[in-house]
Amino acid sequence: MSTPVLDRPADATTYAAHAHPLWRRALVTPEVAVIALLVLVYAWSNANVANFDNPLTLYYLFLDTAPILLIALPMTLVIVTGEIDLSVASVVGLSSVVVGMLHHDAGLSIPVAAALAVVMGMAAGALNGFLVAYVGLPSLAVTIGTLALYRGIAVGLLGTEAVTDFPDKWTDLAKERISEGSSYPMVLVPFVILLVLFAWLLHFTSFGRGVYDIGLNSEAAHFSGVNVELTKFWLFVLCGAVSAFAGVYYTLRYGSARGDNATGLELSVIAAVLLGGVSIFGGRGALHGVVAGVLLIGVISSAMRLENYTVNVINIVIGVLLVLSVMTTSLLGRARSLAARARGGGPRPPRRRNAVAAAPASESSTEDSGTQERHPE
Amino acid sequence: MSDLLVEPSSTSHAQRVIGGLLRSREIAVLSVLVALILVTTFKSHGFLFSSTGWRDLLLTPSLLLILAVGQTVVIITRNVDLSVGSILGLTAYLTGKLFSDHPNLPIVAVFVIGMLFGAALGLVNGVLVAWGKVPALVITLGTLYIYRGAFLTWAGSDRINASDLPKDFLKLGTQQVLTIPVLTIIAATVLVVVGYVLYTARSGRELYAIGSDPDAADLYGLPVTRRVLLAFVTSGALAGLAGIVYVARYGTVSSGAGSGIELQAVGAAVIGGVAIFGGSGTVWGAAIGAFLLVTINRALPILGISDFWQQAVVGALILAAVVLDRVLTLRQERQLVEARDR
Repeated sequence: MSTPVLDRPADATTYAAHAHPLWRRALVTPEVAVIALLVLVYAWSNANVANFDNPLTLYYLFLDTAPILLIALPMTLVIVTGEIDLSVASVVGLSSVVVGMLHHDAGLSIPVAAALAVVMGMAAGALNGFLVAYVGLPSLAVTIGTLALYRGIAVGLLGTEAVTDFPDKWTDLAKERISEGSSYPMVLVPFVILLVLFAWLLHFTSFGRGVYDIGLNSEAAHFSGVNVELTKFWLFVLCGAVSAFAGVYYTLRYGSARGDNATGLELSVIAAVLLGGVSIFGGRGALHGVVAGVLLIGVISSAMRLENYTVNVINIVIGVLLVLSVMTTSLLGRARSLAARARGGGPRPPRRRNAVAAAPASESSTEDSGTQERHPE
Repeated sequence: MSDLLVEPSSTSHAQRVIGGLLRSREIAVLSVLVALILVTTFKSHGFLFSSTGWRDLLLTPSLLLILAVGQTVVIITRNVDLSVGSILGLTAYLTGKLFSDHPNLPIVAVFVIGMLFGAALGLVNGVLVAWGKVPALVITLGTLYIYRGAFLTWAGSDRINASDLPKDFLKLGTQQVLTIPVLTIIAATVLVVVGYVLYTARSGRELYAIGSDPDAADLYGLPVTRRVLLAFVTSGALAGLAGIVYVARYGTVSSGAGSGIELQAVGAAVIGGVAIFGGSGTVWGAAIGAFLLVTINRALPILGISDFWQQAVVGALILAAVVLDRVLTLRQERQLVEARDR
């Protein structure tokens, strides 16, 4: 028996992704679709929703979505490797409690407390990363465990109390605008810095290529020289660190450190990342889509809130969007393969042509030779 | 081809059965549970020996037990159902509404309607996952939002109070048969039926086959789509049942009903030895896991640990369970490789 894989002709290894001209590959992507949808919804809301063009709308939109924007960055990288981190919201809560206690009980200044909280976040992420990358456990199970563990520690440390005596200087900073009267809050500065860093890391370094390789096929990535374990480990550490930073912001923004801060935020983050065109199977996705996904949810929420819809209706819309976004990718893929089959192979090379020639008598090949007769090339 | 690939075991049948039992995950978790109950009872005799202690010990886990059983059926097929908490809330509110709008409806009819309703919601999940060929995690995350949003929109600021419910139904929450609460009997019945089907029925075994290797199951000719659909419908129907049990147990439905319980259900299954990537685990294990999770929550304050730490203990337990699983699997793999190379 000859193996079809070895007999494949050299000209057949065209990559599907390169079968189309560059402009088509750049424009016909989920990311562009999300960005287009964002622009459409924004323009429509601007024209039709009363008060949407008020600068306060955009200001509060950024203020409220900032934690999601921040955490979505490392989460994208984690999901591109095919893993997931459900513990981010618990790290936000834990970091909030740590900042509160270090400031209130230990009397540390806010920057020092925040730095220690971020270190704690890195440690929390390192535990996730160690268990997933080096012990080899499924990230879904591990991070469900640490979701409960970190939240439990946060609630255990502070109980039902809340620390609220933060200096005005710092709580005001969390809400400050970049310049007087503009609708961009100060928190966008660290976000943009992190966005540039993460975009560089994911899209312009060999580390980032490794991230995609792991998501596509971690074994192949390993054999092509990617340190799979170390890469995954660092991604989880980054996820913990950024979540802890978001926790510091969350604490100062609302002026209160509580154990149950940001409960359930992990689902919003993951929903936004997936809406932004990142594949849950790993190996596919880009940061511009993710940012558009987060903002899309933010714009829809604030437009609907201004139209007096309750948060429940907004949640239904977000849920439907999430389901639709994954369904369209899957249905489009199916339609494309159906169309390709109708065209007789289409972009997929006729894989078994040589195999058929080499082993015409084998049973499995009769079907293939039949198709070839109907679609001579 | 005369060589046997596997030599017949040299140990006797009884030895193998006992060895299998001793090594089984269910026994390990069960002994932790028993040890916990014993230690707690030693601290406070009322935990086991007072009539309310005995009742609560059996009654409290019944809700999570039903959900964990449904979750296990889905996880075995290498999927996950995050929407069960929302289905629970939605069905609980439906139950309350049915009773307050049609006071003469028999209780059995409400059970049937609630389970059918839950099954319909599960069917939506199943259709999207099985026919859309999209990961269950994403779909059920979406339906988690959708169902909860539908629940809260429907309920508004309205809430179901005990005064809206018929007395017979509320009595179900506290009624006992031979000191065993009725709700626990319902949960145990569900457990036994699902456990029996998964262990013996062809469709049950096919769920395991699908979870072990979906592609191989497809090539082998198993009706993968239909079986995955069935798993989600089961999970939805059981979440619906859990919603009714919720109303009977607590007598009120507020907006928070069932929120966040989906992760507890997954956690219970994982603690009970159900592999998150499908293909292995039993509902017995998941049931013991659910029992353990709930009992820990009740035992901690008695053991002198503030109940604020409950969640942390639960998290540590889940982590310990998955790490233990991994260690045991590695050891078994090594032994198998050694046996092959010998």
